[in-house]
Amino acid sequence: MELFSALNISKQFSGHKALDSVNIDIPEGSIYGLLGPNGAGKTTFIRIINQIIAPDEGKLFFNGRELQPNDIYNIGYLPEERGLYKKMTVGEQAMYLAQLKGLSRQEAQKRLHSWFEKFEMKGWWNKKVEELSKGMQQKVQFLVTIIHEPKLLIFDEPFSGFDPINAGMLKDEIITQREKGATVIFSTHNMASVEELCDHITLINNAKVILNGPVREIKKAYKTNTFEVAYNNFSGNLSDILPGSFTIIKEWQEHDLHTATIRIPENGNPNQLLSALIPNATLHSFTEQIPGMNEIFIRAVTEKTPEPILQH
Amino acid sequence: MKSSSGPLPKKLPNQSCNTDMNKILLIIKREYLTRVRKRSFIIMTILGPLFMAAIVVVPIYLATRGNETKKVAVIDQTGIFYMKFKDSDNIKFHYLHSDIGSAKSDFRKSGDYALLFIPKTEVSIPTNAVLYAESNVSINVISYIRNVMTKTVEDLKLEAKLHDLQLDKKTPLDVGDILRSIKADIDVNTMKITDEGKEVKSYTELSMVLGAFAGVLIYFFIFMFGSQVMRGVIEEKTSRIVEVIISSVKPFQLMMGKIIGVGMVGLTQFLLWVILTFGIVTMVTTTFTGDITKKHVTEQSLLMKVNKYNPDNLPLPDSASANQPQNEGVNQVFEALNSVNYPVMIGAFLFFFIFGYLMYGALFAAIGGAVDSESDTQQFMLPITVPLILSIVMLQFFIQDPSGSVAFWFSVIPLTSPVAMMIRIPFGVPYWQVALSMFLLVLTFVGTTWMAGKIYRTGILMYGKKVSYKELWKWLKY
Repeated sequence: MELFSALNISKQFSGHKALDSVNIDIPEGSIYGLLGPNGAGKTTFIRIINQIIAPDEGKLFFNGRELQPNDIYNIGYLPEERGLYKKMTVGEQAMYLAQLKGLSRQEAQKRLHSWFEKFEMKGWWNKKVEELSKGMQQKVQFLVTIIHEPKLLIFDEPFSGFDPINAGMLKDEIITQREKGATVIFSTHNMASVEELCDHITLINNAKVILNGPVREIKKAYKTNTFEVAYNNFSGNLSDILPGSFTIIKEWQEHDLHTATIRIPENGNPNQLLSALIPNATLHSFTEQIPGMNEIFIRAVTEKTPEPILQH
Repeated sequence: MKSSSGPLPKKLPNQSCNTDMNKILLIIKREYLTRVRKRSFIIMTILGPLFMAAIVVVPIYLATRGNETKKVAVIDQTGIFYMKFKDSDNIKFHYLHSDIGSAKSDFRKSGDYALLFIPKTEVSIPTNAVLYAESNVSINVISYIRNVMTKTVEDLKLEAKLHDLQLDKKTPLDVGDILRSIKADIDVNTMKITDEGKEVKSYTELSMVLGAFAGVLIYFFIFMFGSQVMRGVIEEKTSRIVEVIISSVKPFQLMMGKIIGVGMVGLTQFLLWVILTFGIVTMVTTTFTGDITKKHVTEQSLLMKVNKYNPDNLPLPDSASANQPQNEGVNQVFEALNSVNYPVMIGAFLFFFIFGYLMYGALFAAIGGAVDSESDTQQFMLPITVPLILSIVMLQFFIQDPSGSVAFWFSVIPLTSPVAMMIRIPFGVPYWQVALSMFLLVLTFVGTTWMAGKIYRTGILMYGKKVSYKELWKWLKY
């Protein structure tokens, strides 16, 4: 079931449409990617979920009922533009932010101390934020985002500015949070992380949802029935042995190993390709070419996919 | 799923007990504590009272040290005050019997410091006097003259009262009532005699000094703490923490929390200044003299006189006769300071500071929200600072004519009223004017806060955009 749903959300800023009838359903327990080019409306949408701004039209549902002001206690948000008070000490600041998220003083203290231990940050409590490195500050920011154990975590471009080690840690922690039962939304340009983490995505472009659904199905919809084969011991022309409806897209040779990408027609079958090859050549590999998220992103945005894939 | 018909909502954790009020308190606490712990706050808290104490103590010091004798000529047409003005180390009185016109024309040649003229009055009790001088007359001299005149008049009234009472022995004696009924209010107007022999009213009265001081102080406080609000907002914007916070609280709560927190820092500073200044002044002056104050007619001296008429009525306190002569210079300054109605002054100051600050604080917060850095604030600061600066520039006019129409309008129009009204208050302002001014100020405070909230809300999420007035106007309508 969905933890969060947006129904026909529109938002306008002095003549410019930031969101145009956006529908998004976020299944409970998913890691949900919110993708789109710069200025597509992702951050506006995230701010609407966080009730920082109100939509002009549409309805929002959280945990089975309409979104309420109190729901912010069940949402953790790490914005793209994030920072800390530079002159405050780390501990005071973390306490302040944790209490703003509804934790009592004692509870905040208890949880923070155990997290500081876990993240090996114990010596930082009385340090001023400006004394920390950027990576350390990001750890603090991440920690205060999850400190109140929210049901919904929202990360806006979480990996920007993280070094690979911290990015890896963040990734692991996102997965851990999901395992603990949180639902995660994150908006990013980093397609590799989408590939790695997300099981659902929504692609927004020009204020509209242009692609929406489980990653597996989107990939399926975007695949072109193209296969890559590697073989040797065949010196003839591939086109001579393949059925006429098959298209050879690319063909190259490295030492004695030939490689080719071949598209099978809609009604075709990969077995036909295999049975054409096996009598004539020694096969070394046979893989279906599945489009990466990067490719899908570019294709969806530039080609203007006719209809968004409907969700189930 | 389109949820209202969906399964029952699950119970969610930690979503209770934390009201909006708690969050504002958290914000206020943070704003307050981070500021009062700053080194600059502590330094200001110490330097302020030293500076203010110096303003009070230095004249006292000079009064005790100044060895230049001031000669004051007296023309007393009433005859009541003959020989009442006692010579002290630095003031010597001599009485003239010429008419005021010739005395004034001879004044420049006489070498006198000042010429005191007490005109004859139709009714028996005189209430005012004019003091002519070439330059501004020092507060000491004026307050000494006023005190002597007040005391003389009060004594006269008391004698008359007691005489009545003696005839009517059945009425029980009420000391407080007698003190009230004999209270005298003497005006000493000072006139400057210029080179051309013209007379210009001059203003060395304590009310003027106090008015100017209170006005400047309120101006200073509004500016100082208003711009602290603005810098705080800009800091939150540039450090990029603001979005994290407004995902937990409403922008309006954050703005109000900040304004209130900083305002409380201002009040703390003010109260510390008052307490410390008082402490320093007390400490310094007790080293000059043992006793600080001497009232015109004290209850003790009154009882003494009453007992003269009713010998068996009341026991005579031991100390009543122990009224030793004090260092007059010090006492004169203190008597002048004691004549001020401090509860009214401080009450008015607090009111006009709090609401003036809240009104300006909201505007400063809006500016902070609209810009990216302090260097961008110039264009928006102008319309806010102009009324404030104008009310300080006009200070002289308010003092010259505290009940004139310029002073009236400036002290009623909300953007200038906190400063202008504070300047006027020591001179005495009709209650309806104060009430009107307060009402308009509170009303404007509500209006500006509402407006600022809208600008702030939109502005804090805008980065790297040069904002124009047109843009701000649009934000108001979001």
